[in-house]
Amino acid sequence: MLRFTEEHEWLKLDGEEVIVGITEHAAEQLGDLVFVELPAEGKMVVKGEEIVTIESVKAASDIAAPLDGQITEVNPAIVETPALVNEDPMENGWFFKMTLADPSELDDLMDEEAYRAYIA
Amino acid sequence: MTGLARTPLHALHVSLGAKSGPFAGYDMPIQFPAGVLKEHLHVRAAAGLFDVSHMGQVVVRPRSGALGDAAAALERLMPMDVAGLKPGRQRYGLFTNEGGGVLDDLMFANRGDHFLLVVNAARRAEDIALLEAGLAGVCAVEPLERGLIALQGPKAEAVLARLAPDVALMRFMDVRAVEIDGIAAIVSRSGYTGEDGFEISVPSERTVDLAERLLADPDVLPIGLGARDSLRLEAGLCLLGADIDTTTTPVEAALEWAIQPARRRGGARAGGFPGAAAILGQIEAGAARRRVMLLPEGRAPMREGVELFADEGGDPVGRVTSGGFGPSLGAPVAMGYVPAALAAPRTGLLGRLRGQMQPVMVAPTPLIAPGYKRA
Repeated sequence: MLRFTEEHEWLKLDGEEVIVGITEHAAEQLGDLVFVELPAEGKMVVKGEEIVTIESVKAASDIAAPLDGQITEVNPAIVETPALVNEDPMENGWFFKMTLADPSELDDLMDEEAYRAYIA
Repeated sequence: MTGLARTPLHALHVSLGAKSGPFAGYDMPIQFPAGVLKEHLHVRAAAGLFDVSHMGQVVVRPRSGALGDAAAALERLMPMDVAGLKPGRQRYGLFTNEGGGVLDDLMFANRGDHFLLVVNAARRAEDIALLEAGLAGVCAVEPLERGLIALQGPKAEAVLARLAPDVALMRFMDVRAVEIDGIAAIVSRSGYTGEDGFEISVPSERTVDLAERLLADPDVLPIGLGARDSLRLEAGLCLLGADIDTTTTPVEAALEWAIQPARRRGGARAGGFPGAAAILGQIEAGAARRRVMLLPEGRAPMREGVELFADEGGDPVGRVTSGGFGPSLGAPVAMGYVPAALAAPRTGLLGRLRGQMQPVMVAPTPLIAPGYKRA
């Protein structure tokens, strides 16, 4: 199951966790990424809290926690090679995994069709 | 993008898939589909074509017919040796104000019977007014409506020489009239990337023709303003309005190399330009602060506005004026102003980034070996 936020994050349900990244649309808008700073594994996060800092060739931006929960794993490959986010934003360019305080909140997010309409 | 001016290459940029944005009143390509990183690296490895038609091209022509009169008049506006510039040669110049601050930076070329100036787009109207006021009666000031294309990179010479073999004979900062594939151009061997290359002034209506001819070469990619900025930053070249402005003197900006001995104290035509007392005093005594290149530790860029500190506890001692990621360095790079006592290469400083103090080092220069063809 794939869900999307208005901040152009995608969430993919993977067992007890969700994998979170940014959409192809977001990656394209940002331009080439040159720096990624990820949260600590184990960190408790609140929806809307800025937990990731990214820098593209153009500017710095923050990425917020999509929902309440706990960070379980982060992707060291994108810290080492930020360009991976531009090359493969929906798979190898994922940012972090988290468990959700309330998994039912996923239902409040956009599905793929709604997200496509949102960015159209 | 209403109200923005367009260069003669606007439609070509659109057809090439440019992402555009406003710059100095023009709708300009920020990047092409290759993206800033690839564009930047391509210029360092091969050749890139830049539309710089937004920049101001101005002819200064002596009414007397004697170029020396125009040189003397320009020397009242700039601390440069204009009179000593030989025909077919170009120099970097600065318009200064009475306080010794920088109004604009420019290129000026001796074209035999006139000078050709290339000034920043954002300062074009002010510079023309400055020239008209400063040169009144002595010179005619004629803004040119022409296209300007920069071809930059180690393969620029080979690419341009395929269309006009004589350009291979030009050295860095040479300027000459060249017919390129039937187009009457004025070519200078110069640029704003740290690489070898050319800036090519052409009639507006032929600008697309020339750009298409150059882009047909497999070594040439179109390059946007994003990569133009990262290229000039790595090369340590100043951006007016960021790194130099009316609050910075040429000596603070480490640009005293552009002030030739003839205009310094003891020189044949010492002083006599706006801000001479302040600027010439600083050449001898040094300035209290200096522009330096900076290498932040780690991967996080330090951009314009980041404050610099000598240690954890104190007040800020300086500020980043330009910064970003240097694709050729594979690391962040910046420039900014620091106290003279902290300006030596390898001096360790701190920059405050998102509330955190991060180490940053004053860099030895040049960071990128210039590709200029001097000999």
